[in-house]
Amino acid sequence: MRLTQGTFSFLPDLTDAEIHAQVEYGLRKGWAWSVEYTDDPHPRNTYWEMWCLPMFDLHDAAGVLYEVNSCRKAQGANYIRLVAFDATRGVESIQLAFIVNRPKVEPGFALERRESSGRRIRYALQPHATRQPEGARY
Amino acid sequence: MNAPVEEAVIRDSKKRYAAGVLKYKQMGYWQPDYEPKDTDILCLFRITPQDGVDPEEAAAAVAGESSTATWTVVWTDRLTACDSYRAKAYRCDPVPNQPGQYFVYIAYDLILFEEGSIANLTASIIGNVFGFKPLKALRLEDIRVPVAYVKTFKGPPTGIVVERERLDKFGRALLGATMKPKLGLSGRNYGRVVYEALKGGLDFTKDDENINSQPFMHWRDRYLYCMEAVNKAAAASGEVKGHYLNVTAATMEDMYERAEFAKELGSAIVMIDLVIGYTAIQSISNWARKNDMILHLHRAGHSTYTRQKNHGVSFRVIAKWMRLAGVDHIHAGTAVGKLEGDPLTVQGFYNVCREPYNKQDLTRGIFFDQDWADMRKVMPVASGGIHAGQMHQLLDLFGDDVVLQFGGGTIGHPAGIQAGAVANRVALEVMTKARNEGRDIVNEGPQILREAAAWCTPLAQALEVWKDVTFNYTSTDTPDFAVTATVS
Repeated sequence: MRLTQGTFSFLPDLTDAEIHAQVEYGLRKGWAWSVEYTDDPHPRNTYWEMWCLPMFDLHDAAGVLYEVNSCRKAQGANYIRLVAFDATRGVESIQLAFIVNRPKVEPGFALERRESSGRRIRYALQPHATRQPEGARY
Repeated sequence: MNAPVEEAVIRDSKKRYAAGVLKYKQMGYWQPDYEPKDTDILCLFRITPQDGVDPEEAAAAVAGESSTATWTVVWTDRLTACDSYRAKAYRCDPVPNQPGQYFVYIAYDLILFEEGSIANLTASIIGNVFGFKPLKALRLEDIRVPVAYVKTFKGPPTGIVVERERLDKFGRALLGATMKPKLGLSGRNYGRVVYEALKGGLDFTKDDENINSQPFMHWRDRYLYCMEAVNKAAAASGEVKGHYLNVTAATMEDMYERAEFAKELGSAIVMIDLVIGYTAIQSISNWARKNDMILHLHRAGHSTYTRQKNHGVSFRVIAKWMRLAGVDHIHAGTAVGKLEGDPLTVQGFYNVCREPYNKQDLTRGIFFDQDWADMRKVMPVASGGIHAGQMHQLLDLFGDDVVLQFGGGTIGHPAGIQAGAVANRVALEVMTKARNEGRDIVNEGPQILREAAAWCTPLAQALEVWKDVTFNYTSTDTPDFAVTATVS
């Protein structure tokens, strides 16, 4: 399956040039980019590993892409995303986030159903990959 | 009694409170030199006095009848600090290009209103005066809520920022669809439509406003089947998905029962209809806040009183009341779809929902500066007759913080519901990407969609089947001020 998290997941994977354009857009808006990676694609896994701190002082798209490519060298088997943070009062949150690297094979999720009383069902998503220990997932 | 009376305000107390009938101006409701306080609630009314009625007297009458006055002098006024309780009409301007209509500004002292109560605010301001015989028509056009009063309300339980964090969806508009047909599907069949639309790529699906609990589908069945569909679609995509379960019911007790069941089943979001009333809306808003539930409001019934410029309440006022009362989503118009909405006026509604501070903007119908004092923001919802071929217009008009709902535009796709959802999601993402890259989406929009249609068959099919659909009718609710108007 194709994990459709992130802003552009329904489009063909972005080329580095296209990623560059999105990074420039975020920098023009005054946002700080950071690179994160994970081997656990569960939608409630909020905190992906930080490749580096948010790049508050990096105002150059080439520099951001450099970090993306460094992360790809080290974590290229896993999911990597770019995240743009906006510290404006009343926002103080993410404004743009998209996947820039995917595992070659994405096995997806199992849906677990646990029945309780009546016809109530408690649902849980189990990523197939996380049945394996870390390091052996993708 | 019928002798020509002196029109000016009567300052002599004995004369002022002698039994009899005075003009509202004489009673002190017209004060052109009044300086509104920062703590006053200010209202702008559009009044159409009956022929022969002096506009300032009509303005004073509106002020009087929406505050302390009645049609005859009463001695009991003197048991109160009546001068401070009296509303003050302080300005009266002719409406441009509308002979016989006047914009009247009225200030209300903060003491007149109960803290944190939309029911009380509205009972005071619109509860009495709209049937007043000396007026042919009356519209509450805009309202300035002072920070002192804003702070007595809790506002949206979730708000745009936290909603996005909870959904883990950033950088693009959200996509939804109302389940169709409007009525008649059974619970199991309904869940099928939900699954197909969410699996195809929408973020949300929703109950229609009149789907509550009918003989063809009981609410519990709907909730159970919808949550099965939501979770299946989440597993298929790895995304957080939601279906707005409508908890509108005949009584508050029934609403709480439905909301609790939605929570038990793990829904992220519930919806209510405006027709449940201001009191019920605030109650369910409190419940949503306590239970981490996103609250969607459908503005059912508003067009009965918001649509005609001469009489009723402008939707921008409803939007302000609903932000205070505390909803997370509100239907606010599409401009290009099947339902009423002039583009600039609709942008004004969106600004009321989303901005931390509204500046006066007469071309968008925003008459007052409004400081929201860091109150959370409402996500506007565009719903009604829109389709993928309009994505560039929708993005240009409304930006990213909006839920774009394509009911017919998903379910009516020739290749099926999933294809309809894919078409909408691809159109949105490709248009967002292009806008970020700096392309001129207003003019290049159709070209951008065609480029994507070359590799996305569902989008190509959607563009083909709906290529001639536009809803070009004259709007009934347009701004009074054109772009070149100067701010007064």
